Amino acid sequence: MTITSLPQDSVLPAGGIPAQHTEELGLRESATFDRATIADIQRAAATGVYDIRGWGAKRTVPHFDDLLFLGASMSRYPLEGYREKCDTDVVLGDRHASRPLHLQTPVTIAGMSFGALSANAKEALGRGASEVGTSTTTGDGGMTPEERGQSKHLVYQYLPSRYGMNPDDLRKADAIEIVLGQGAKPGGGGMLLGQKITERVAGMRTLPVGIDQRSASRHPDWTGPDDLEIKIGELREITDWKTPIYVKIGASRPYYDTALAVKAGADVVVVDGMQGGTAATQQVFIENVGIPTLAAIPQAVQALQELGLHRKVQLIVSGGIRTGADVAKAMALGADAVAIGTAALIALGDNDPRYAAEYAALGSAAGFYDDFQDGRDPAGITTQDPELSSRLDPVAGGRRLANYLRVLTMEAQTIARACGKSHLHNLEPEDLVALTIEASAMARVPLAGTNWIPGAK
Amino acid sequence: MVTLTAPETTTPTATIDLADSPVRDLNQALHEATDGQSWTVANPGGKHSLAVGIDADISVAINGHAGYYAAGMHKTGTVTISGNAGVGLAENIMSGTVHVKGDVSQSAAATGHGGLVVIDGNAGARCGISMKGVDIVVGGNIGHMSAFMAQAGRLVVCGDAGEALGDSIYEARIYVKGTVASLGADCIEKPMNIEHLKELEGLLAAAGRTDNPADFKRYGSARNLYHFSVHNSASY
Repeated sequence: MTITSLPQDSVLPAGGIPAQHTEELGLRESATFDRATIADIQRAAATGVYDIRGWGAKRTVPHFDDLLFLGASMSRYPLEGYREKCDTDVVLGDRHASRPLHLQTPVTIAGMSFGALSANAKEALGRGASEVGTSTTTGDGGMTPEERGQSKHLVYQYLPSRYGMNPDDLRKADAIEIVLGQGAKPGGGGMLLGQKITERVAGMRTLPVGIDQRSASRHPDWTGPDDLEIKIGELREITDWKTPIYVKIGASRPYYDTALAVKAGADVVVVDGMQGGTAATQQVFIENVGIPTLAAIPQAVQALQELGLHRKVQLIVSGGIRTGADVAKAMALGADAVAIGTAALIALGDNDPRYAAEYAALGSAAGFYDDFQDGRDPAGITTQDPELSSRLDPVAGGRRLANYLRVLTMEAQTIARACGKSHLHNLEPEDLVALTIEASAMARVPLAGTNWIPGAK
Repeated sequence: MVTLTAPETTTPTATIDLADSPVRDLNQALHEATDGQSWTVANPGGKHSLAVGIDADISVAINGHAGYYAAGMHKTGTVTISGNAGVGLAENIMSGTVHVKGDVSQSAAATGHGGLVVIDGNAGARCGISMKGVDIVVGGNIGHMSAFMAQAGRLVVCGDAGEALGDSIYEARIYVKGTVASLGADCIEKPMNIEHLKELEGLLAAAGRTDNPADFKRYGSARNLYHFSVHNSASY
């Protein structure tokens, strides 16, 4: 959010108290009405509209940090770190498609639109992903030549709005992702405010320049899983059964949604937890709808296992993946691959402290900036402003992303070798324990030092 | 099993009988077709995804009823259905022509970017939903929530329109000859100027109809909801 009444140390009103002195004075902050909450109320009272922002859920939820790996010991052999192979490749979409994707790392780039992101940012994502042999994904707004040109493996999103949707791009895509929802807002449609609807973005979306665009939350020509099965059949017919078809869901009821997506004929199911990012959504939606990634994975895996299709229909998990440990934990819980969005933008340069002064001028700070809807991103990523966009060099940005993707992959390998696994896919729930009762119950792995999984039969 | 042979340039028409061949064979043959060919589909039997993704200037005659998504993502050429069609007829059509001689179900020409969709009978709910440039001419009535979030293109209705016509419409134009049960949010009646009468005359002629353009009323966006405003909260 943009802070309209600055609360503390960034700007001091005359005679104000520096934030670091509040504790010395014995001032007590309310846990219920903390400073962020007070600022929210003040902002709502001043403007009369709800807060719209980017990023995902910022509240504390049980996450991968609450899990630990059990390294090999007496009963299991570890693999030699620099000598013995630990493979990382993954095949996505071989259930029905004749041309599945074969990626060199299971870390993929999540769907982000041209419109929400600058053309340079989209190109940088394509360059970084291609350099390490993984895929990138379009978003609500169609496929740009920059992105297609720089992406070796490009996933084309099929969204309710169908902005820029056309059969030529569909045939050019390496995979099709039918989007039912995203973790930041399961049940919500896209949103792009007027500042970012430039002539090029408006043209691609067939909209008037400068309007506040609200895209649909439901698909216009199908309702429910029975229709989805027919829709998937149509897309397969158009692409002659070559192209893998993913179904992406925002995590709310992942057990049922995964089962229904599989029944409808998906090759791949993508489950996005509530920490997954957005370019613009109501804060009340981001923080209060959907479930944490950690809670979603075991439910989706259970659905696949009960159908006898775990590892045959691949599972991609997103929402809060930051490190190779997160990648390894998601895969140990049963994911075949993961997707990153927020972390990829940070790798490109989002929230970089070198723009501290400019973030401050926008009423924010490096590490806190989430006004992706405003189009004034100092890092030139979530903007359509030509001057700001030009700050991101797509070649350098792509290199940073490739570096980061390599680190994620190598970190995950480090953990997998320690657990004695010759492939990331060999990680399993038995390699994990939980630090908290909540994480134990959600991830369905025992509380560390016990055999106890709350709720397990 | 009927042998599927692409029509020779000398033979005017090739026939695919869906009583004997799967839909997959039909679509594969149409995707391999070349400009100028004519195809006939016998015994369609209401099957789904007939003649989808056509990318060549061909003409396809479907002799009977079609299921969901007939002529989906149509790009060029002509598809004529001598029967009824199910949900999502000509969804996301880019250009070319799709003509249905009977009635069609909901979401006809949904998200269509261009081209012409002619429906001689009635269309169900959500006709022209999220249309992005397609022209639609319906001889009969259309159902509720038609032209919802319609962005561009023209929707012509020679019969009556159902509830909430043009809800949250952007820049598409709607012409209705009969009654409108109700208008959706931000959709209003607009004056018929010479420009609109001429445009409508052309659309009716393209659809092979003889209706008088002067008998129609025009509807479009009031453009009041184009920007978020606290004062519009009652409209959503």
